[in-house]
Amino acid sequence: MLETIWFLLWGILWAVYFMLDGFDLGLGTLSPFIASNENDKRVIYNSMGPFWDANEVWLITAGGVTFAAFPTTYAVMFSALYTPLLLLLFALIIRAVALEFRGKVESAFSKKIWDACLFLGSFVPALLLGVAFANIFEGIPIDGEGIFHGNLFTLLNPYGLLGGLLFVLLFLVHGSLWLAIKADGALETRAMKAASGIWWVLLVVAVVFLVATWFATNLYSNYIGSPLLLLIPLVTVLALLAVRLFIYQTAPWKAWFASSLTIVGATLFGVVGLYPNLLPSSLNPEYSLTIFNSSSSPLTLKIMLVVALTFVPIVIAYQIWSYYVFRDKVTNEDLASEEAY
Amino acid sequence: MDALILSRLQFAVATYFHFLFVPLTLGLSILIAIMETQYVRTGLEDYKRMAKFWGKLFVINFAVGVVTGITLEFQFGTNWSRYSKYVGDIFGSLLAIEATVAFFLESTFIGVWIFGWKKLSPKAHAVCIWLVAAASNISAYWILVANSWMQHPVGYVIRNGRAELSDFWAVVTQPYAILMFLHVLSGAYILAGFFVMGISAYHILRGNELPFFKRSFRIAATFSVIFSLSAMLIGDFQGKEMMKSQPAKAAAAESVWESTKGAPMYLFVIPDEANERNKVEILGIPKLLSWVALGDADGLYRGLKEWPKEDRPPVAITFWSFRLMVGLGMLFALLGIIAWLKRKSPENSPWLLKILIYCIPLPYLAASLGWTVTEVGRQPWIVYGIMKTADAASPVSASQVGVSLLAFAVVYTVLGIVCFYLITKNARKGPKPLSSITQ
Ligand code: HDD
Ligand code: HEM
Ligand code: HEM
Repeated sequence: MLETIWFLLWGILWAVYFMLDGFDLGLGTLSPFIASNENDKRVIYNSMGPFWDANEVWLITAGGVTFAAFPTTYAVMFSALYTPLLLLLFALIIRAVALEFRGKVESAFSKKIWDACLFLGSFVPALLLGVAFANIFEGIPIDGEGIFHGNLFTLLNPYGLLGGLLFVLLFLVHGSLWLAIKADGALETRAMKAASGIWWVLLVVAVVFLVATWFATNLYSNYIGSPLLLLIPLVTVLALLAVRLFIYQTAPWKAWFASSLTIVGATLFGVVGLYPNLLPSSLNPEYSLTIFNSSSSPLTLKIMLVVALTFVPIVIAYQIWSYYVFRDKVTNEDLASEEAY
Repeated sequence: MDALILSRLQFAVATYFHFLFVPLTLGLSILIAIMETQYVRTGLEDYKRMAKFWGKLFVINFAVGVVTGITLEFQFGTNWSRYSKYVGDIFGSLLAIEATVAFFLESTFIGVWIFGWKKLSPKAHAVCIWLVAAASNISAYWILVANSWMQHPVGYVIRNGRAELSDFWAVVTQPYAILMFLHVLSGAYILAGFFVMGISAYHILRGNELPFFKRSFRIAATFSVIFSLSAMLIGDFQGKEMMKSQPAKAAAAESVWESTKGAPMYLFVIPDEANERNKVEILGIPKLLSWVALGDADGLYRGLKEWPKEDRPPVAITFWSFRLMVGLGMLFALLGIIAWLKRKSPENSPWLLKILIYCIPLPYLAASLGWTVTEVGRQPWIVYGIMKTADAASPVSASQVGVSLLAFAVVYTVLGIVCFYLITKNARKGPKPLSSITQ
């Protein structure tokens, strides 16, 4: 029971991370293609300014919770995915310093370098997270000792890459919508257009992914076992369609919320399908790490549950407040202030 | 070189680098919070400019602290997976608690603080920086509880082939952790105090913005003197605690080879590890060591020879790091007292100001040395008495670790240079002139 609760919380943490940092990653990926001048760039940077760090902490917490609740999974997953994780790490490093430092240098050349860092630091994590999750869904070659028999290219298989592409597209739509919320004038229009165009590609890739999942993974078996769960993919698909509708109505906030729901739904679709596995082995199902053979002791799970149930609602409350404080568009006055990026 | 050595090297690079940025965050956040509170109380524009000027340096430093912290969080899984598997039940939960109770708070409110000058009332804005300060100090507590547990494991049982939690309260309240927390915070506050004093000294010497920098100097001097004294006091308690919980480390820190009753303290010692003795021992003060470390002038100080060679930590590194840290700690107390006495008109003591500029790096050195004592002195154990470092590394190939180590070296060097450049550039430039702030 405790293990199942923690499995769900684990999935929710990842879902919230993707929902929140997803727009930063998407917008960073989009930035070189949508900004036509320095002012546009600064609007993009400042639209993420107050949020990106807090968003990233959801990733740290998701990692921390994996460590705390399922230490064996944390150990095997992180060492098996050594190279992609370190790539992810370096990407996140250059993204964070690009955000923080670009506004503090003067020369156009330095700014260009930081812009390149922002792009790479956003695109690479989006892609790698997608590749990693798709690989987890299909299982990776780990043996009974938790030793990984493969390399980076094992992970870059077609289904893995498809997962990466799906994540990049989800985040691109999400990020464009965020920009439409925060920018005005020509940039807002362009952002809306971008969301609208990319949405079609996303739709195609999402359909292909759902079909490929049938062949590449066991995710559907839980859904066949309890069809009620099919509500999750159903809601996800409806949310994705709603994004289109709200783009059509030029209602960026509504579209952004629908896109958030799509991302959360897509994550939960995978996580629920995975249950009770955390890291299936593609060598032999007996080697798979599940919530039962890799979890912490009941005492630790209980203490962690108390901590999570006390603090996570508080965190959510003040994070909503911070979004409320910065709900307005980025104005010229904002850009003129000393602290702006 | 094998994956173990490379992983140790990589961990050392990553933690030392992280800890170059951490202490300034811990201390400067409080100094800025004090300045901004003064602004709210007095309405004096200078205090707001102080919060903004020091805040800018703070934010640059903070960014690098954050990105290097994420590295550490990953390292346990990527490079120390056997360790993580073995102690995750306890250690992992402490890290997860740190993220949940502290990192969220810190990262959310730093964003609101940076961008919220015009969106919030002055009072609410000041509350934000207090929350950032509180959160970073809370985060330090949890991570240090985790580190203390590796130094002195308590509240656990070995079950199912791993260490499992049996008494959470014992883990979070053990004296080792409390002392370490207080000592590390003291060191961090010294560092922030000397940072602010040093930069203020630079501008006071040039006659820039005198009232502004004298105010900053005064606050920082008070801060420094208090915490340089507390670092010494708590360091002394810690030494006694180390005697009890890790006697081999204590023997290495003082380079004592033979167990001695009423051990003397030598002011000058050169250890000779190969021959298990000290090359030089001069200026001994009888019984002082036993008295300081054991609280009993005739107490038995256990020497390194009580442990088989393979269970001893590297003596020379531990010893020199400890001596130097303590020496620097005394220097800070001395300088702190002088600066505090001169805090009203530091411009009259240019010699002191010059010294203080050059002292900015010293607390960084002291803190790194402190960690060296703690971490190297714990070897060969990763968790003292339970798990050896050699059994803790991940089953990954040496080439993987080698490449990532190289990548860290490159990325961190660039990061360090950029951060140093931005901080010095902005520190030299000084605050915005009063007239340009019309908000
Ligand atoms: C929460 C845990 C934790 C914390 C707060 C720290 N360390 Fe540590 N340290 C470890 C957990 C650890 C470790 C995982 O236990 C290592 C890895 C290998 C080992 O022996 O212990 C280690 C090793 C290690 C080594 C290598 C020792 C050797 O191999 O001989 C150095 C030099 C440091 N650390 C330095 C630091 C510094 C500068 C820290 C300040 C931030 C620090 N440690 C905090
Ligand atoms: C080796 C163990 C450590 C790990 C795993 C670790 C982990 C982290 C992580 C993940 C962050 C980024 C948080 C964010 O994004 O906001 C961070 C930042 C921070 N850590 Fe560590 N840390 C370690 C050691 C320490 C120690 C020993 C201290 C204090 C005594 C400390 C204090 C801080 C502080 C104050 C920050 C805020 C950012 C900054 O420094 O500017 N950490 N740490
Ligand atoms: C003169 C006074 C000082 C004394 C007597 C002292 C004593 C100690 C002792 C005994 C330890 C080792 C604890 C253990 O491993 O069990 C330690 C660690 C440490 N010291 Fe100091 N210290 C002094 C000054 C300083 C100063 C000025 C700084 C920093 C600016 C500093 C920073 C540290 C740090 C970061 C550690 C590692 C964490 C810890 O174990 O607490 N110390 N100190």
